[in-house]
Amino acid sequence: MSTSLTTFGKTSRVHKRTRRPNLFLILLIIAAIAIPCITTIYLYALFIGSTDSIRAFGLNFLFNTDWIPNPANGGPPSLGALPAIYGSIVTTAISLLLAVPISLGVALFQSELAPKKLRVPSVFMIELLAAVPSVVYGLWGLLFLVPFMRDYINPPLKQFLGFLPLFQGPITGLGMLTAGVILAIMIIPYGSSVMREVITAVPRSQREACIALGATNWETIRTAVIPFARTGIIAAVVLALGRAIGETMAVIMVIGNVARISPSLFLPAETIPSVIANEFTEVAGNNVYLAALFELGLILFAIAFLMNLAGRVLVSRLSYKAGRDVSA
Amino acid sequence: MSVLSLRMRKRVTNSLFIGLATFCFLLALVPLAAILYQTIMSGYGALSLDFFTQVTPPIGGAGGGILNAIEGSLVMVAIAALIGTPLGVFTGAYLAEYPGKFAYQVRLLAEVLTGVPSIVTGIVVYVLIVSTQHRFSALSGGIALGFMMIPIVTISTHESLKLVSSSIREGALALGISRAKTTVYVLLSTARSGVITGIALAVARVMGETAPLLFTALGSQFLMTSLNDPAASMTLLIFDFGTSPYENSHVFAWGAALILLVIVLGLNIVVRTASRLKFAATE
Repeated sequence: MSTSLTTFGKTSRVHKRTRRPNLFLILLIIAAIAIPCITTIYLYALFIGSTDSIRAFGLNFLFNTDWIPNPANGGPPSLGALPAIYGSIVTTAISLLLAVPISLGVALFQSELAPKKLRVPSVFMIELLAAVPSVVYGLWGLLFLVPFMRDYINPPLKQFLGFLPLFQGPITGLGMLTAGVILAIMIIPYGSSVMREVITAVPRSQREACIALGATNWETIRTAVIPFARTGIIAAVVLALGRAIGETMAVIMVIGNVARISPSLFLPAETIPSVIANEFTEVAGNNVYLAALFELGLILFAIAFLMNLAGRVLVSRLSYKAGRDVSA
Repeated sequence: MSVLSLRMRKRVTNSLFIGLATFCFLLALVPLAAILYQTIMSGYGALSLDFFTQVTPPIGGAGGGILNAIEGSLVMVAIAALIGTPLGVFTGAYLAEYPGKFAYQVRLLAEVLTGVPSIVTGIVVYVLIVSTQHRFSALSGGIALGFMMIPIVTISTHESLKLVSSSIREGALALGISRAKTTVYVLLSTARSGVITGIALAVARVMGETAPLLFTALGSQFLMTSLNDPAASMTLLIFDFGTSPYENSHVFAWGAALILLVIVLGLNIVVRTASRLKFAATE
């Protein structure tokens, strides 16, 4: 009697053992497909949301410079993404122009130059800069940076470079230049951290060979580190671009929000995300208008997705290469 | 002579380079210092007992506090954590436990998703939930933030689990412990501090998000009575009050920004310091 009970107990335990991993497996499968599912859901929702606009405007949406959601004559709205796309390109270009060299300097300082004791704190401080919420950047941008640009930066630019169409027009402080500056401040921590990652991945032997030949820091970096990390640095720039193009809150607060294509960096303009966020509350039952905003979101998603994918693939290939190099 | 001058030139170029890189680093920190200074200086005046115990006044109005905004932020971040933590941790565990081509692609996709602009997440949740339920709600705001948390927690969990030495995993499996138990009781508990650090940083990150809430939680002047009510948040409040033309509203926005910075940066500092101390101790 007692033996049969033990046998019974044993079989049930075996039974349990084979069942438990199944539950675990189900959980793991859910976990594994969560990320691809979310991506699909994003695409699906963005397409559903922008259907009305895609039907109404088609491909013309990308090239139309009008932004007339509620025409005075009561006709159908004429909406085009070009002013927003233009604003996004210009502000992102300004921000990259400012942020890329500074990020590279920060990354080189942190990975190659700073004394050992300062390295961790220096990374920590830049991480804090990345942790500041974007709406706080926006508040600071609106109440401090806008007046600062209006009083101290834009007037000399206009005075000395005013012959260029870039620096003409009335100075209010709001506009694409200020938006570019605040974007630069925001992407420096991100850009520099990716650059630091790829620079640290450069094999030690590369540096040591240079130093053994009597090279200075600068020569080592120029001839051994930078060429090796070049792909990674380009990837960092692409990733930073992906960040800058999607930044919403800080930009919306300093750019002035006007649908306009003008060469002047002083004039108020708009970017893809700033239009979406700014005009969402003005839609008031105009379905095509709402769908057009969502189609801007779809465009933004596509751009950011591709930029991040390209940057990430480059970075992961690089760390693979560096890893193989070390093990060889 | 020419050797000497070449050496001089090398040294001058090198010093110039070191100076320039150091300057870049210091320059990058100027905005951090400026933002902290401005927020503390301008926000300090807004702080009072009322500021933490009253609900927000209408924009431009005097008095009131940010209780409803604090409530909204905390509730929505809690919902986000409830969604993001289990899914993120399990996905991260999957990536660490079953590496391979598919895991590589999921990891890549997770990294790409962290780079997707947060406003897009707001649109997605609006289309899927808000527009079908015909109401803005704290719940949909929390879901939007949760969507953002999943890939962040996935990556940080994966990274922490990768640090667990494979001998620990092999030892557990050699003892005949099932893979499920090994993952949960051995690997995740060994990497616990790293996993928790990742979750805390993700919480800090979504707490500072504004754009996804514009389309989901909408903002509100009142305390919420249920999760189906529109909700205020500290970030929405900073945006609404900061962009208004009224001076006293600006002070209010600075006050809220100060509280938000204290929470977000405080969380960052505490968690990063703690995990680094632990890391240094085990080294």
